[in-house]
Amino acid sequence: MRKVAIYGKGGIGKSTTTQNTVAGLAEMGRKIMVVGCDPKADSTRLLLGGLAQKSVLDTLREEGEDVELDDIRKPGYGKTWCVESGGPEPGVGCAGRGIITSINMLESLGAYEQSEGLDYAFYDVLGDVVCGGFAMPIRDGKAEEIYIVCSGEMMAMYAANNICKGIMKFAQSGRVRLGGLICNSRNVDNEKEMIQELAKKIGTQMIYFVPRDNDVQRAEINRKTVIEWKPEAKQADEYRGLAKAIDENKMFVIPKPLEIETLEQLLMEYGLMQAA
Amino acid sequence: MPKSKKVVEWKPVDIKTELLKQYPPKVARKRAKQILINEAQENSAPPEIMANVRTIPGIITMRGCTYAGCKGVIMGPTSDIVNLVHGPIGCSFYAWLTRRNQTSASGEKNENFITYCMSTDMQDSDIIFGGEKKLAAAIQEAYDLFHPKSIAVFATCPVGLIGDDIHAVAKRMKEKFGDCNVFAFSCEGYKGVSQSAGHHIANNQVFTHLVGTSTTEKTDKYKINLLGEYNIGGDGFEIDRILKKCGITNIATFSGNSTYDQFASANQADLSCVMCHRSINYVADMLEVKYGIPWIKVNFIGANATAKSLRKIAQYFGDDSLSERVEKVITEEMPSVEAICKNVYPRTEGKKAMMFVGGSRAHHYQELFKEMGMKVLSAGYEFAHRDDYEGRQVLPNLKVDADSRNIEEIHVEPDPSLYKPRKSEDEKSSLEEKGLKFKHYEGLNPDMESGSIVIDDLNQYEAERLVQLMKPDIFCAGIKEKFSIQKMGIPMKQLHSYDSGGPYAGFKGAINFYQEIDRLVNSKVWSLMKAPWEESPELSATYVWE
Repeated sequence: MRKVAIYGKGGIGKSTTTQNTVAGLAEMGRKIMVVGCDPKADSTRLLLGGLAQKSVLDTLREEGEDVELDDIRKPGYGKTWCVESGGPEPGVGCAGRGIITSINMLESLGAYEQSEGLDYAFYDVLGDVVCGGFAMPIRDGKAEEIYIVCSGEMMAMYAANNICKGIMKFAQSGRVRLGGLICNSRNVDNEKEMIQELAKKIGTQMIYFVPRDNDVQRAEINRKTVIEWKPEAKQADEYRGLAKAIDENKMFVIPKPLEIETLEQLLMEYGLMQAA
Repeated sequence: MPKSKKVVEWKPVDIKTELLKQYPPKVARKRAKQILINEAQENSAPPEIMANVRTIPGIITMRGCTYAGCKGVIMGPTSDIVNLVHGPIGCSFYAWLTRRNQTSASGEKNENFITYCMSTDMQDSDIIFGGEKKLAAAIQEAYDLFHPKSIAVFATCPVGLIGDDIHAVAKRMKEKFGDCNVFAFSCEGYKGVSQSAGHHIANNQVFTHLVGTSTTEKTDKYKINLLGEYNIGGDGFEIDRILKKCGITNIATFSGNSTYDQFASANQADLSCVMCHRSINYVADMLEVKYGIPWIKVNFIGANATAKSLRKIAQYFGDDSLSERVEKVITEEMPSVEAICKNVYPRTEGKKAMMFVGGSRAHHYQELFKEMGMKVLSAGYEFAHRDDYEGRQVLPNLKVDADSRNIEEIHVEPDPSLYKPRKSEDEKSSLEEKGLKFKHYEGLNPDMESGSIVIDDLNQYEAERLVQLMKPDIFCAGIKEKFSIQKMGIPMKQLHSYDSGGPYAGFKGAINFYQEIDRLVNSKVWSLMKAPWEESPELSATYVWE
């Protein structure tokens, strides 16, 4: 089983990209479990068709220790298993601790056992690696490959670089490796070239360039992934392409995060190229 | 133990060098500033000691945490305030009755909540989802069970991390009950550099939420507050006995055997007497600014010190009848003290002690050792600040660092209706001329012999090394040091909890202390004990199945 975690700046499209990619992998016949690590519990909405499901932590709170695997995972599109970690309301408690608890719960319930026949476990993690809890999926070998969703926007690249610092820290003591950057295009000038260069400097690859297409938005309104909503759409093929790239990926590295000066330099170079 | 050198051969400077030898250079540089050889101070400026700074990670410090200082030290000894700890169960359980502060259930309804251990017992899910609801429920439960006048809520480390707003919960519950003062302390263990921060947080809240709220008028003639006396082993009982005998009314003790009402009427006293300068001098200052109550430093540890303190109080009130009564009490009490002292003196004279405890105790107990003819080789505090070593004159020059900025300083102003200067400036300066000094504390250093070693924030390694080098006859510190010192064959007396003894304050306390120390320093039991390898260096053993 391959254990994949998706990180990236808040609002960059991690959940959308993850679910669309998972749909692509499911179409290829892979068996996948998606674990949403976001207190908002909205990481599996497209796979489940908008069905609200009870999160692991809600279940744990209501049922106490007597929790069954079927209480916390729901079948979604393409026979995927969907799990939402859940968490506290904004402004209270500790969401990071919640993620730690729910991943431990999944393990103790045997969600990752060989008998489950999983090809992939996907962790969709909220925002930046802000604290130990959000680093949980990359600690202790919970996830072994990381993909960072980014775009050519400055803050997204800062965040990607920062996440690399977290990966580097855990890679030295464990098996976690960076699988590549996924560029979720925002139509920034020289975006593709800039992310390719950033990836090269970090020591990884831009595994796929996902162009901007409003079909993604339309599918979301219908509570579906693009592949399910409009299998023939051009964007559906893009996600199939990303799924294939991940499925065939062999390049796993310990990233070398950039100094802030180098990152700024990169932005200047590619940003100014257009302006000139 | 190295047998090559005897005690006399070690000069203080060599001892300091020995202590620092083991450290990496940077650590040694920092520790060097915290180890001071007390020099004769008449001609030169007194040497400066570094205190109240963070312990270097990796050093096994004697210090406690902020929560310990707030919950354990300051609020722990109050009898009729329910202490509720918001956190995992251990923080409450291990801070429960461990200080041996005694209570007499002297509150209005004879309540005594000190024997209860109350906690919200936070679980994983409370950490994740926040613990405010559970806290509110626990406050409600405590209220329903006891209907106390007041409930105090203490934050433990995780509460600060997850950001539970304990003050808002406390305020809400206070409004809901109407007849119960609920207030909270943000005393997470990780704040500040030692328990000293916890004392400050506790006292600030007590001052803000309690002092001055009583409407019952106290009409006694000679009213004082006793600040910084925690009634360990019944010290406060003995002091109260003496004060009562002298006709002096102790309005409020902060906070040994104290009650809600005592705190609430502290503003009615006419003089504040400060015992432990470190933990409470700022409350004394605030009482003066807000209510006009002057303060003096007292010390009831040691029979002579007790007599001196009583005379200072009498001098303040300036009433001959009080002075006469105080003298009468001293004359009555002293003979039995002197008799015991005379008895133990031949056996204790010249014995050597070391003391590393508290923020005042390492100073106060020098009196008792002096009375027994004993010499204090080395002493220091765990959580004191520079003014406790060098005297209050250094206060304006104290460096305010990020750690002290983290602890709230409350700014007080004269109370519009309750401020009443007890003495005019003229009266105060005429008393000062006669030798009664207000707001005055000279610190530990001037009372230590020249050449003695003053060490701030002593640690495990240095304690053991000091004992090896200087071979004291008794070592005084806390429970964490007790057994490692005893293992080295040196008698050890806990001056936090008094082991199972006390009281040691006042006249009767002095007698107890003389007898206890005589018993300890003249007992050979620890030095007679030999570890097996000390008696026969080669040990042989067989497996049980052989």
